[in-house]
Amino acid sequence: MKLKHMLLAAAASVAFTGPVISEDLPECENCADELTVVSWGGAYQASQVNAYSNPYAEMTGTKFIYDESSNEAVAKLRAMNEAGNITWDLVDVEGPDAVRLCDEGLAMEVDIDEILAPASDGTPASEDFGESLISPCFIPQIVFSTTFGYRTDVEAWNGAVPTSVCDIFDLEKFPGKRALEKRPKKNIEWALLCDGVAKADLYDVMETDEGIDQALAKLGTIKDETIWWSAGADTPQLLADGEIVMGSTYNGRLFSVIEEQNQPVAMLWDYQVFDFDGWIIPAGLPEERLNRVKNFLYFATDTQRLADQAKYISYGPARASSAPLVGKHAELGIEMGPHMPTDPANMGNIIVNNIDWWSSYSDDVDAKFQAWLAK
Amino acid sequence: MSSTTTTQTGLPSDGVMRAADGTPLKRSLARALRREKLRSFLLILPLLAFITITFIAPIADMLFRSVENGMVEETIPRTVEALKSWDATSGELPDEAVFEAFHADFVEAFKNKTHTRLGLRLNYEQPGMSGLFRKSGRRATNLEPPYKEGFIDIDEDWGALETWQVIKRASPPLTDGYFLAAVDAERTADGIQMKPEKERIYLFLFWRTLFLSIVITLSCLVLGYPIAYLLANLPLRTSNVLMILVLLPFWTSLLVRTSAWKVLLQQQGVINDTLVWIGLIDDAHRLTMINNQTGTIIAMTHILLPFMILPLFSVMKTISPSYVRAAKSLGANDWTAFWRVYFPQSVPGIGAGAILVFILAIGYYITPELVGGTSGIFISNRIAYHISTSLNWGLAAALGAILLGLVMLLFYVYDRIVGIDNVKLG
Repeated sequence: MKLKHMLLAAAASVAFTGPVISEDLPECENCADELTVVSWGGAYQASQVNAYSNPYAEMTGTKFIYDESSNEAVAKLRAMNEAGNITWDLVDVEGPDAVRLCDEGLAMEVDIDEILAPASDGTPASEDFGESLISPCFIPQIVFSTTFGYRTDVEAWNGAVPTSVCDIFDLEKFPGKRALEKRPKKNIEWALLCDGVAKADLYDVMETDEGIDQALAKLGTIKDETIWWSAGADTPQLLADGEIVMGSTYNGRLFSVIEEQNQPVAMLWDYQVFDFDGWIIPAGLPEERLNRVKNFLYFATDTQRLADQAKYISYGPARASSAPLVGKHAELGIEMGPHMPTDPANMGNIIVNNIDWWSSYSDDVDAKFQAWLAK
Repeated sequence: MSSTTTTQTGLPSDGVMRAADGTPLKRSLARALRREKLRSFLLILPLLAFITITFIAPIADMLFRSVENGMVEETIPRTVEALKSWDATSGELPDEAVFEAFHADFVEAFKNKTHTRLGLRLNYEQPGMSGLFRKSGRRATNLEPPYKEGFIDIDEDWGALETWQVIKRASPPLTDGYFLAAVDAERTADGIQMKPEKERIYLFLFWRTLFLSIVITLSCLVLGYPIAYLLANLPLRTSNVLMILVLLPFWTSLLVRTSAWKVLLQQQGVINDTLVWIGLIDDAHRLTMINNQTGTIIAMTHILLPFMILPLFSVMKTISPSYVRAAKSLGANDWTAFWRVYFPQSVPGIGAGAILVFILAIGYYITPELVGGTSGIFISNRIAYHISTSLNWGLAAALGAILLGLVMLLFYVYDRIVGIDNVKLG
């Protein structure tokens, strides 16, 4: 009898030491019981499950179905839309994809202040999210960046350490293979910056044929020493295997190589490229499902929840008011602040992904880039 | 018995042969045949319906996308009409009437949120159009006459001759633009021209896809033939065990096999490590065997090998050993007996295996994507890119159609040279 009581008490205490639930979540009226969420899988999706959907499911009993299709979300949503059968309720996409989906009319336009919670001091959501509101369809979650990692044990470097993004192009001082993404975006910007183009003139130069030629010529100086990646997991793997000495990838991936797997790798934050990732709601959802999505979003994008996500992965919350609440990693116990791309110490030089420019020119530049790569 | 009242002695007076019930035999026979045909048709109907719905219709739909272009006319019908009277080569901007029609179209498109879609469509023809349409958005709908100045005020690109040339060129409901792009050509103000050298990529990739597929098919043949021969000529017990070795990788996930090759072939990988260890190469000059054509050829040869071995094996199984024995007893040496007697009998298997491997190889994309680097990728990698990333389905469809046409052409050539009835799966 005693044992049974103890067990019950223990179970109860576990149940109540969970995250403190937001008190003012509005009641969900006429809402579906299920929510199909599309995300990226892996550690990123796990951070969303831990920070958003588990607490929400506990409160409301909503059943979550995760679909790991974010990678091809745009194409799939378009196909669903043509077939007239949208099976997704909420889709996690990168900023450029959100702009694209909005342009195609596949994502729903939302009034941020109407559907999202204000910050605790009453700042309206649209102000709190600020710059990250890149499209009328986009509900931001995180800031992530594409940056470089390098091995710290390369003998041929004689103790030198890369400190500038231009060291990527310096084969004499830093010999060895590099990894860059098999896309023009970001590579073109870095190449031009390191070829003497001022940051302010970057996109004006890129708009000209000569600008792209100049960038490709600069990239050409390291072409033979470069492995071109297409999946974000490639660079961390190549770094860990010693196949490359430095390479670009997403900062969260590098965090996991450095802190979780303890590999001899370090970050180079110089000229990291900022991007946003967030939710879009597919256009044309039936009312019941839409109500559930809105109710969940109100909860999942509030100040505390966004800060909670940073406990599980090193991406910065998109809300300004969440930044001071970012604490320690849930398992490793290290302070997450310095690992955020948005930490002032990491923001010496940055580029913010110019979605407008790339949405107009990516087809053209990509054709040139791929032709250059293939030959 | 009572029904046997028909003529038993020669033809009736009218010269028509009749069946038991009195109908002319010809008609009754035709009816029976028709019934037979209908019955067999009904039997295959489910399969036919299935293939039509899941295979033929989607492919036809996808192929149609390569020329389909109804969207421009649907979105801005008045402008398309008004532009008909404008001479694109005149060197002058369209007049106010066109801008007025465009404004009316734009207001409606903005309401339906289709203006940005149109921008994306036109962006395939001219980079910058999608940004122009998105940016103009609400401001363009609030314009007052004169519209021409109004639009140019929003963005000077509305005053560029090129913008209107592109819209006029993209107006017809059918377009050859995607097919032109798929062969590195484009339609300019002076007619169809090849793109600048440094933007050409597709013809080159088609050529490389064909070349690598042929190399892969030949490597499969060279490696697969002896194995199939061995399998076909060993005692059943041993050959069954060996057969499992052939089939086991066949049943393993494609991704697992491809990743395994990465581990083996990379510069810090198993093969390089071994070679360095036994001193064949020194540490500074490790071989580059992956992220290039070599990687693609090795990994795809391995992955497609069973498709060569299995047809070869089943054909070789039917070749009676007595022929070779007879040849030898008549004085042929081993090589002559093999080359003159055994090999010709195995040709149908080679044909089947080669076609299978070649056609599978030509459309492969996962393995080249993972191990091909930049010099080992196929045309299908670009098709996949246009389907899922750039969303230019029209171009993807055109590339796919060309690839399909190419395969059919090669199939035809193959039929003329080797003969398709010379292909056997067993």
